[in-house]
Amino acid sequence: MGLYKNYGKNQRYRKILRNLLLALLLITIAALTIFPIYYMVISSFGAPTEAAGASYSLIPKNFTLDSYKFFFGYSKYSFRWILNSLIVASTVTVSNVVFASLAGYAFAKLRFPGCKFFFFLLLVAMMVPYQVTQVPLYILVVNVLKIQDTYTALIAPTLITCYNVFLAKQFFTSLPTSIMESAKIEGCSQPMIVWKIVVPLSKTILSVMAIMTFLGEWNTFFWPFLVSNQEYMQTIQVGLKNFSFANTTYFAPMMAGATISALPMFILFFSLQRYFLEGVTVGAVKG
Amino acid sequence: MQYPLEREKTMANKKHKLKKDALWGYVFILVPLTTFIIFTLYPVISAAITSFQHYKPLKTTWVGFDNYVSTFKNALFYKALKNTLVYTVFAVPISMFLSFSISLFILPFKKRVQTIFKAAFYLPAIASGVALSFVWKWIYDPMPTGLLNSILHIFGISSQNWLGSSKTAMASLIIMAVFSGLGTSIIIYIAALLGIDSTYYEAADIDGASFFQKVRYVVWPMVKPTTVFLAITGVINGFQSFQNAYLMTGGGPDNATTMAGLLIFNRAFKYFEYGEACAQALILAAIIAVFAVFQFKLSANDVEY
Repeated sequence: MGLYKNYGKNQRYRKILRNLLLALLLITIAALTIFPIYYMVISSFGAPTEAAGASYSLIPKNFTLDSYKFFFGYSKYSFRWILNSLIVASTVTVSNVVFASLAGYAFAKLRFPGCKFFFFLLLVAMMVPYQVTQVPLYILVVNVLKIQDTYTALIAPTLITCYNVFLAKQFFTSLPTSIMESAKIEGCSQPMIVWKIVVPLSKTILSVMAIMTFLGEWNTFFWPFLVSNQEYMQTIQVGLKNFSFANTTYFAPMMAGATISALPMFILFFSLQRYFLEGVTVGAVKG
Repeated sequence: MQYPLEREKTMANKKHKLKKDALWGYVFILVPLTTFIIFTLYPVISAAITSFQHYKPLKTTWVGFDNYVSTFKNALFYKALKNTLVYTVFAVPISMFLSFSISLFILPFKKRVQTIFKAAFYLPAIASGVALSFVWKWIYDPMPTGLLNSILHIFGISSQNWLGSSKTAMASLIIMAVFSGLGTSIIIYIAALLGIDSTYYEAADIDGASFFQKVRYVVWPMVKPTTVFLAITGVINGFQSFQNAYLMTGGGPDNATTMAGLLIFNRAFKYFEYGEACAQALILAAIIAVFAVFQFKLSANDVEY
């Protein structure tokens, strides 16, 4: 019936044995992939002494939060880094969801001269490697507009990601047009159609989009690294990198910093797991 | 007489409505379009122009094809391309083979168990690349007491200078990339596997197909679109990879891990040769485009079912 052989009633033990073996194999591989994370968290509770290579172990010998204190004591802006990341990631997330819904709806359900052309532009934009735009963007932000070390510089380039518009358009196309038509006959304006009909029907996909955007923006390193020279404007990822390059031998504090940078995402992941796992397949598998 | 008049009226009304809808269409795409023009279209055009210039904040001079010529004369450029190719050619197929096998193994379990495994494999993708790079740097500690070294000692393998030797540095980066990126492709593969109709298996059962035959002749062709998708996105990402090399090896030792992304970054932000960096970036973009089209064409030939 399925890919795997179906064992009869008197052969049930064989099925159990097979699943047991598979589970064992999977647990081993899973343990290997999770190991770096486990190692990071466990090591962060070590003492903030200079590690000469020998002092780390797989099982915590002593439990102390001193390394976290060490990390936060390194820069007076370390809390600000987390705050900066929060501000940037939240703003980018909100703007992406709002503008992707509006533009996605326009491309999916409205007909206006040039709509095909603009959508084509969007697809082309998605394929441009970031290496091509990085230098001109840097010159634009730093040399021309002179807005480095501002939230505008951190946020503006990702205010709306073409991929999200594309995703929204793909999903909205599958919504029945008749609902929107009848709403229009009832005198509903286009913005109200988006707000009252499209958004409620697309809650899942928009949540997925919000979460994936937030995750990506929280973890992004490259652009904030380019445009934030002042410590107080750095995001947690950039601050973490600077911390570790200045304290290469302080193993436990480095892991504490890494744990801090990852913790908000882990909390988010375990509370909204469904959306994360769904988010991966959105856009990859049809249907 | 009343009928045509009314019809005319509704037609006019409809036309008016249509115009209004079109207007809303433009309003709705205004912000994305502006963002696109400022942050994608302008930079692309600017990159093309800058690639023919010697950029200085106040005195920019035209140099014709000089940037392209010096790029093609640069031995490091070819080394970086070769490294990028090696990285991609190993990391992408290994990662895809592993995730395909793992998703096959996850398949017989109940939905809840599947979710647990999916979450476990996906976890590293949630941690930031910066955090992961630090952990892996310590895993690859070259000292005999280093984590990976001390584990390998148990099996009688002598200590390696993982990231510090040009023999193992690239392999170390590939292993790290594979392990950190498995989750995404596993989840995508499982979704594809669950989409295969059970009648196909029934038909294969009637023909007396073994498990491996079913995988080869039913599953593999059925998930081909997914494989193509993963291969293309994997290659595109592989060609653009920058962060791990930058954070873990800095391109060393002896440029053994300098890949295209890092080469361009260094050109631009270490040596401030903006023009040459733009030229290299455009060459990379062209290579990626050719590869993507080629891969797509190659797979499109036999993807129709």
